[in-house]
Amino acid sequence: MLRSIELSVGIFVGIGLAALFMLAMQASNLSSFTSDGAYQVSARFDNIGGLKVKSAVKVSGVKVGQVAEIDYDNETFEAVVVMNIDEKFDKFPRDTIASIFTSGLLGEQYIGLEPGGDDKLLANQSEIRHTQSAMVLEQLIGQFLFSKSKENK
Amino acid sequence: MKVLTGMLTRLGRASLFLGKVMAGIPQLFLRFGLVVKQVYSVGVQTLFITLVAGLFVGMVLALQLYYTLSTFGATDTLGMLVDLSLVRELGPVVAALLFAGRAGSALTAEIGLMKATEQLSGLEMMAVDPVERIIAPRFLAGVISMPLLAAMFSAIGILGAYSVGVDLLGVDAGAFWSQIQAKVDFYEDVLNGVIKSFVFGCIVSWIAVFEGYDCIPTSEGVARATTRTVVYSSLAVLAMDFVLTAIMYN
Repeated sequence: MLRSIELSVGIFVGIGLAALFMLAMQASNLSSFTSDGAYQVSARFDNIGGLKVKSAVKVSGVKVGQVAEIDYDNETFEAVVVMNIDEKFDKFPRDTIASIFTSGLLGEQYIGLEPGGDDKLLANQSEIRHTQSAMVLEQLIGQFLFSKSKENK
Repeated sequence: MKVLTGMLTRLGRASLFLGKVMAGIPQLFLRFGLVVKQVYSVGVQTLFITLVAGLFVGMVLALQLYYTLSTFGATDTLGMLVDLSLVRELGPVVAALLFAGRAGSALTAEIGLMKATEQLSGLEMMAVDPVERIIAPRFLAGVISMPLLAAMFSAIGILGAYSVGVDLLGVDAGAFWSQIQAKVDFYEDVLNGVIKSFVFGCIVSWIAVFEGYDCIPTSEGVARATTRTVVYSSLAVLAMDFVLTAIMYN
């Protein structure tokens, strides 16, 4: 009797831990990206829009890393974004362009990298020099209305 | 006024009792067999109802959310929504309510009946502390079982949502999992859910063993204590859930 109780308790605890493991590995982001095995690259933007820590870094639509840190430089009045990029993808040229895009009309923002043509590669702790800020919808609408009213004159 | 002082006295007695139970827990590691036996009656026997309920809650969530989401053309986010609502809220809370109804009431009735048939005072006569021998293993078993049950509830709920969403309603399987893995954070969502269920386990087990130990030792008294366990622990779980959510996700 006691042995069968012990066995069923063992099965119970086993299933419970398996469920926790499944929640951790399959039903959350724990397995998708880890910061070890990644190298860091920074970039400066005039405006980062709604970019957040852990936002995706994509090349050609493929996720290669995520934003690790966002800071503001008091001297140059720019936002400094540090990203972790998976070391599998370590062949980006030095003149790669980093732009902030929005996925879909109302989706979240991510950093899109466009590889350039330089022979030298981006190394750990290096900086991406060519950047393009986030599009701010209000500014775009403002510019559109402004140019429209000019046309009508 | 008399009612108020009566309630406060009971609360104080319950707190002192909890302290005594806590003090009895370290000795249990020498006799862990006692706890294993209680995990069987508290946890294993609650397994079936938890799994079935979890499966159906997941399936219903998937159905309901699918019809709302399809009006926005956002059915790809179905998996993420089901996962978040299960892991953050429904898993810990519903599993705790089921736990209070299935295991908490049984604990109270068992301890209350032991008191009514003078088994507890019999143990005391033999210089065995009933709190250490009877109450503490049951309390610890409840605390151990609750997080495991809540995790199983969430996990099988997600599988239920998968079977309804992907197999029945035609959501893309890849989108289902990738949305989940992109948006559900392990520490923020899953681990906070585990902390929640741990707290609920402590609350429900505490109320259950106290109501049993403190009941009037008659058949009517045991019946009342059992009812009180279910009512109080359900209310305490829901109220505590609000407090914990406010602390964790503000």
